[in-house]
Amino acid sequence: MQNGESNVLNQFQRGDAAAFETLFHQHQHAAYGWILRITRNPAAAEELTIETFWRIYNAYARFEPGRGFEGWARRIATRAALDWLRARRTESELSTEMPAEVASPVEADPAVTAEIRRKTAIAFSRLPPKLRIAATLAVIEELPQKDVAAALGISVAAVKLRVFRALRLLRKDLERQGITP
Amino acid sequence: MNEDDQDRMRKFLQQAMPPVKGESEPRRDLWPAMLRRLNARPAAPAQIGWAWFDGALAFGLLGLAAFFPASIPLLLYYL
Repeated sequence: MQNGESNVLNQFQRGDAAAFETLFHQHQHAAYGWILRITRNPAAAEELTIETFWRIYNAYARFEPGRGFEGWARRIATRAALDWLRARRTESELSTEMPAEVASPVEADPAVTAEIRRKTAIAFSRLPPKLRIAATLAVIEELPQKDVAAALGISVAAVKLRVFRALRLLRKDLERQGITP
Repeated sequence: MNEDDQDRMRKFLQQAMPPVKGESEPRRDLWPAMLRRLNARPAAPAQIGWAWFDGALAFGLLGLAAFFPASIPLLLYYL
């Protein structure tokens, strides 16, 4: 860790507002990108990036400069995204509307029909949020399981179990919708 | 579900829901919105807060585990 960066981290840990601003500018894009991977919803990712840094700002006293900022911020961002998914799930249980994040922010494989993509996204949105995050990061985003485990604060074995349970639930849901993966 | 089924599901999902890959950037600078949030609510002291609901839920789960030990594996499964 460079001296300048180390100083910023130490100042932030003491509650320095200027250090917080520096860290915000340095890490906002990474936090946004990470949250977008989980939520697949650009508007929500922006709001959750602000929510993440709000939580970071409030938790400065618990920050340990020696352990680095990025991993700590990523865990907080993951937690904020998980809270959002839980709230969305409750809303979608009360509503018959399709979740907003069904509209994928990236180009899909043209060989897969729009109907299959829609049904897959709906099945995904019905997963329990903890399973959904694990499956999104480990299967869709193809991140190393140890990175997913670190972000979720669980073991690699727990990530594997969550992914397995998510895939099993998704297959059942898709089969109920008439799709055989 | 065996390993072949898992691989098939993985490939299917990757085709149906392509990765975002985290390359995207926010459409706007988020600092002004962050500043508004900071100015609207002063920072709370750094501490772990326990809402009454958290306590009630923990108490309920402990009670359930104490009176119905058979429910412990089910609770662990959903943790």
